[in-house]
Amino acid sequence: MIYLDNCATTKMRRKVIETMYSSLEKDFGNPSSLHRLGLKSEKEIKKSRQIVSDYLNVDEREIYFTSGGTESNNIAIQSIVNSLCKRGKHIITTNIEHASIINTMKELETKGFKVTYLDVDSEGRISLEDLKQAINDETILVSIIHVNNEIGTIQDIKEIKNIIKLKNSKVILHVDGIQSFGKIDFSIKDLGIDTFSFSSHKIHGPKGVGGLYVKRDLKLSPIVFGGNQERGMRSGTENVSGIIAFGKAVEIMDKNKQEERKHVLELKRYTIELIEKNIEDIKINSSLDNGFSPYILSISFRNTRGEVLLHFLEQKDIYISTASACSSNGTKKSDILKAIGLDDLEIEGTIRICFSYENNKDDIVYFVDELRKSVEEIRKIMKR
Amino acid sequence: MEKVISVSLGELALKGSNRKYFEDQLIKQIMNKTKDIRYDKLYKEQGKIYIEANEEKFESLMEKLKNVFGLVYISPCIRVEKDIEAIEEACILNMKERLEKDPNIKTFKVDTNRADKNFAFTSPEISREIGKRLLNKFDNLNVDVHNPDLYMYIDIKQTHAYIYSERIKAYGGMPIGTSGKALLLISGGIDSPVAGFMMAKRGVSLSCVHYHSYPFTSERGEEKVKELAKKLSMYTGKIKFYSVNILNIQKEINEKCPEKEMTIISRKFMMRIAEKIARYNKLDALITGESLGQVASQTMQGLTVTDESVSIPVFRPLIGMDKVDIIEIARDIDTLETSNLPFEDCCTVFLPKHPVTNPSVENIKRSEEALDVETLVKDAIDNMKVYIIK
Repeated sequence: MIYLDNCATTKMRRKVIETMYSSLEKDFGNPSSLHRLGLKSEKEIKKSRQIVSDYLNVDEREIYFTSGGTESNNIAIQSIVNSLCKRGKHIITTNIEHASIINTMKELETKGFKVTYLDVDSEGRISLEDLKQAINDETILVSIIHVNNEIGTIQDIKEIKNIIKLKNSKVILHVDGIQSFGKIDFSIKDLGIDTFSFSSHKIHGPKGVGGLYVKRDLKLSPIVFGGNQERGMRSGTENVSGIIAFGKAVEIMDKNKQEERKHVLELKRYTIELIEKNIEDIKINSSLDNGFSPYILSISFRNTRGEVLLHFLEQKDIYISTASACSSNGTKKSDILKAIGLDDLEIEGTIRICFSYENNKDDIVYFVDELRKSVEEIRKIMKR
Repeated sequence: MEKVISVSLGELALKGSNRKYFEDQLIKQIMNKTKDIRYDKLYKEQGKIYIEANEEKFESLMEKLKNVFGLVYISPCIRVEKDIEAIEEACILNMKERLEKDPNIKTFKVDTNRADKNFAFTSPEISREIGKRLLNKFDNLNVDVHNPDLYMYIDIKQTHAYIYSERIKAYGGMPIGTSGKALLLISGGIDSPVAGFMMAKRGVSLSCVHYHSYPFTSERGEEKVKELAKKLSMYTGKIKFYSVNILNIQKEINEKCPEKEMTIISRKFMMRIAEKIARYNKLDALITGESLGQVASQTMQGLTVTDESVSIPVFRPLIGMDKVDIIEIARDIDTLETSNLPFEDCCTVFLPKHPVTNPSVENIKRSEEALDVETLVKDAIDNMKVYIIK
């Protein structure tokens, strides 16, 4: 199998699976239980929290475990809005956000909030000037996706924070870090981020676990009520084995990150090189420079269909993803691909390749060869 | 006094000498449909079927019975001795229960059906007597013989009297299998499952054939159609499902025939393949979801061309229906939501921009001369997959 859909999800590392298996068997106590078994689970969670906070270089009391990226984004935005709605009702975000942000914003709009959606330029980056213009006295929150999940653009969070400080320093900065956590170098503290969401299954950990960083001095109220686990921010019995395995995944990632990032960047370069050499009439949407994630490569093949390519490749046990679904009743076109200037034909023929440490150059050679054959066959039919 | 469920057979009761056969088929299907629910006894009495069961199971039993074709009404009823006092007691009990649920009931009418002509009173006498007693018992109720809020039904049968005031409408129609077997051309759209449902309701036992163009269409598209077949199987019982990849056929047509004829020629191939499958599996007709004029291939000329490719009967129960009415049925039989899922079973790559709307049999035949029809059909059938949907 050649798995190149690592932005959708990743395969768990063997070591992480072993850790999870053994914790399922042994650490089944409820961390809230008073007995020794409960204490053992509590300590294991604490260990994971330590690993994550060490990796992010933040205080462990600033990390809350959740059920994943979507929940983290929801808790952050809804809690911030709940506590600050008296100060103002204006929110700023971009129109290239993940559904968990976009749909939360849509919901807030029905409740009387005003949301500004910033456009992006031909590389998928927001204009700092637009942001400056958008911030006003009513603004309470700026929510930005760190690494875009379709083409891999990295937003300049540092500059964004500078503008916030300049225009209205009370504005909270939430960063959706689902595709940046563990994949690029940055420091939450240096960037001045107030809340930051991340997920386990994008870094070879289990699904159903994620986390939220909340800056120490930020007082947020929960959106779900119950037994006050996670210091009241996220009630509900902890996903003990998931959190333990997540910790393990972060630990291994942290140890190998420099080497792995170099490896995937080289794979990305090699993939572009091979595709450019072997397949005509294409457009590379993700640059190799450090303004893009090394893990994500978006390419458009004119006169093909992304979804048909995907199904051709799955027959060869190769897995990629598309930007849009093939549909006769109005294809839902990706906003970011439109924003970076692709025409409809290019958007239809766009695929996304997302690497991991597990891929190697032989995989890429085989993949590009199959890709070339598929593109040729589809074009034979479509060019008629 | 016991609570039982009664089932009225409607159209079946008219079927003369075949009646016993139809009733037996129906009982078989009722037993099959309700086999997961433990009831105590099922019996026939003078044109109706009765089920004895714990009252707690009535709700789930009636839910299952509603999906059995050939039933007209289902009623929870009280069974008593054929004695006027016992009948009165049952009517009072039933009325009390109904009033508790719906205090808006102000008027009623007693409607008696005496199948046992030896019973001491006539139907009107029973109705009048029970009506009088109910009036005495319930101060707030009045009789209205024209437009009552509630009908109190009394059936006097050979062994017992049955009292009920609720009639839950079932689909009617004929028991599955009593009208033969046919092959439904099913897609992921709204129409074909409805067409299948309508023929099944007339007693036709269904098999399904589905066409796809993988990898130009997705496996999810096929899963969606299987899901639709599964919804149909709630009414029909298990369904044999043939899945045929026609990508090679579409590629050939795409390469060798005029673009605007793509759809109509593909359609002819689907009919040919369906006929082959039907004949081989002893299915006596094809069913399609076509509705006149709905799309280019469903014009009168289009249908003439597709019909010409087969000699087996083709049933098109939706031919004269409007889309809104088809959607209404789809919603009712619970296939609409699944049909509205986004996965396509025909890739837009193969859809002509301007499909021909008035094709002639001769022109299309001439275009098809470029194709090795027989080999293409045979290859598609050789590679088809068969599933049992239940």
